[in-house]
Amino acid sequence: MTQVKQISGRGIPLTGDDIDTDRIIPARFLRCVTFDGLGDHAFEDDRRQMKGEHPFDVEAYQGASLLVVNANFGCGSSREHAPQAIQRWGIQGLIGESFAEIFFGNCVAMGVPCVTAAPDDVKALQTVIAASPKLPLTLDLDRMEVQSGDKLVLTVSMPEGARQSFLDGLWDSCGQLVTQIDAVRQTATQLPYLTWS
Amino acid sequence: MSKGTLFDKVWQTHRVGTLPSGQTQLFIGLHLIHEVTSPQAFAMLRERDLTVPFPERTLATVDHIVPTENQARPFSDVLAEEMIQALEDNCKQYGIRFNNVGSGRQGIVHVIAPEQGLTQPGMTIACGDSHTSTHGAFGAISFGIGTSQVRDVLASQTLAMNKLKVRRIEVNGQLRPGVYAKDVILHIIRKLGVKGGVGYAYEYAGTTFEQMTMEERMTVCNMSIEGGARCGYVNPDQTTYDYIQGREFAPKGEEWQQAVRWWNEIRSDADAEYDDVVVFDAQEIPPTITWGITPGQGIGVDESVPMPESLPQSDRAIAQEAYQYMQLSPGQPIQGTKVDVCFIGSCTNGRLSDLREAAKFAQGRKVAEGIKAFVVPGSEEVKRQAEAEGLDKVFIEAGFEWRNAGCSMCLAMNPDKLQGDQISASSSNRNFKGRQGSSSGRTLLMSPAMVVAAAIHGTVADVRDWI
Ligand code: SF4
Repeated sequence: MTQVKQISGRGIPLTGDDIDTDRIIPARFLRCVTFDGLGDHAFEDDRRQMKGEHPFDVEAYQGASLLVVNANFGCGSSREHAPQAIQRWGIQGLIGESFAEIFFGNCVAMGVPCVTAAPDDVKALQTVIAASPKLPLTLDLDRMEVQSGDKLVLTVSMPEGARQSFLDGLWDSCGQLVTQIDAVRQTATQLPYLTWS
Repeated sequence: MSKGTLFDKVWQTHRVGTLPSGQTQLFIGLHLIHEVTSPQAFAMLRERDLTVPFPERTLATVDHIVPTENQARPFSDVLAEEMIQALEDNCKQYGIRFNNVGSGRQGIVHVIAPEQGLTQPGMTIACGDSHTSTHGAFGAISFGIGTSQVRDVLASQTLAMNKLKVRRIEVNGQLRPGVYAKDVILHIIRKLGVKGGVGYAYEYAGTTFEQMTMEERMTVCNMSIEGGARCGYVNPDQTTYDYIQGREFAPKGEEWQQAVRWWNEIRSDADAEYDDVVVFDAQEIPPTITWGITPGQGIGVDESVPMPESLPQSDRAIAQEAYQYMQLSPGQPIQGTKVDVCFIGSCTNGRLSDLREAAKFAQGRKVAEGIKAFVVPGSEEVKRQAEAEGLDKVFIEAGFEWRNAGCSMCLAMNPDKLQGDQISASSSNRNFKGRQGSSSGRTLLMSPAMVVAAAIHGTVADVRDWI
């Protein structure tokens, strides 16, 4: 299992609160039985309306790996298609003011860390990236910092359980859950409703 | 930290252990799946060579992609046909019960599980769908999950979870005439905001919820997620038990007595401790309608689109975005706003009582010229019952179309969609940009009765004028 300790790359700012999963990946692209190809459709409708001005289309941000967003990012539906589309576009980690819960959980399950920072700090980071898109950034989950070179850019946070699972390479919970099957069966015997016909 | 709440008790009884990450491994009593978020999960099972140890704890149905007009197979949309076939094949391979179209048991996943008595108090319920919070109406801990977690539940019947905090939302008193469960939850979201519930389970309590029917409680719990809460519940009581008793999967005979005893035990204790408590007065809740692009942008039907100055600084940017997208001006009364499409349905308001209430106002009236109005029952069973009562005829005579069960225009993954910048009066739950199938389509959320009022007038109207 892969440990996720540091993500290095360029940043891409996407401003706005309450960016929902319907905007991240419109429902018509959910008519599929695999996640393949979703990266091409991330933010499709917003991008079409912004005619090349959307950060995901701006030349300078191509190849970026850290997405910087504002509050309540990923609210709305549980569709994992949303983080899958973002990841398949090239994003490996997100920095934001706050994240919707199911979105955050989906990201953890995919090995994509989402960290939060104070609203003003996040906005400042977005401005810095917009001014110099080439700036190299590192999200360090060990130190809970975003750095550029040796310079500290931002202190970030993340719930400890999720952080530990990235550091230990245990973010893919499936394997651990499956090995506990005896304990699972034991718990099942204590649930009255499982025996009702 | 909460103590003695239903949430704490159900969490404790379903706890398998602590994982190395520090998260809890939680047993899932009922797993619901549908065609949109499950195919990739089954693919992951195959990739890892995993089996499904508790196939009888999962129920599948097809709802999002189902056409509500012509349901003949193969579906005319080849992608939709591919999805339903994938679900059919997966269910067959893993021995999972599948309520397919035409079975008499198909419908929106959150409508059929309660209807068949599968949803019961004290359970943990998960589904790859954020509106799983609906089932909390029965005193279950129920929440939406992503596809990787659908895989986890299939493979282990458990999830890795962090415990939520519990906020008690108390609403007391009698709702005013023309005010419905939908208005209550739109009001709560308006007041607490769309991120207010992040990290919390919402416990809905107080005399208003105690007096509500199960279907009304489901409407409220359904939209907990729009308020940011992954899970919302009402403590089970006699109303809950009366609803469940006699349904297909309800416990019977001696087991029924046992069940009721257990359900009474898992209710929140009188001296339970909460992480937060919020109190509302039912009398202050007006028929509520959203004017913007988030479910928190709600106002009373007799109010005006808010002026930016009247909003907290943090809400102004999204309000600007909303004025522009919705083509509405600050200060403009919402009543009188012209609508193009009127939609009654969805897991929020597509149950029998919703259709009955809507039919009451549609009876003897006519849909305004040029309005497309349609009613989509939440399940095949709701449709059957509504037809037995003649509600279909009331709607058809008034000029509404009467459809087959499905998610329909709640999210438009099927042929029901807005065109261009059409504006809909909708009984569904999300008014996000592009939600109803057109990237410039606009949505006004409201109760089914208010949707009828909009359909008859051709504009947003106050249903209280008819009461
Ligand atoms: S009716 Fe709408 S919200 Fe409910 S499950 Fe279907 S698409 Fe989701």
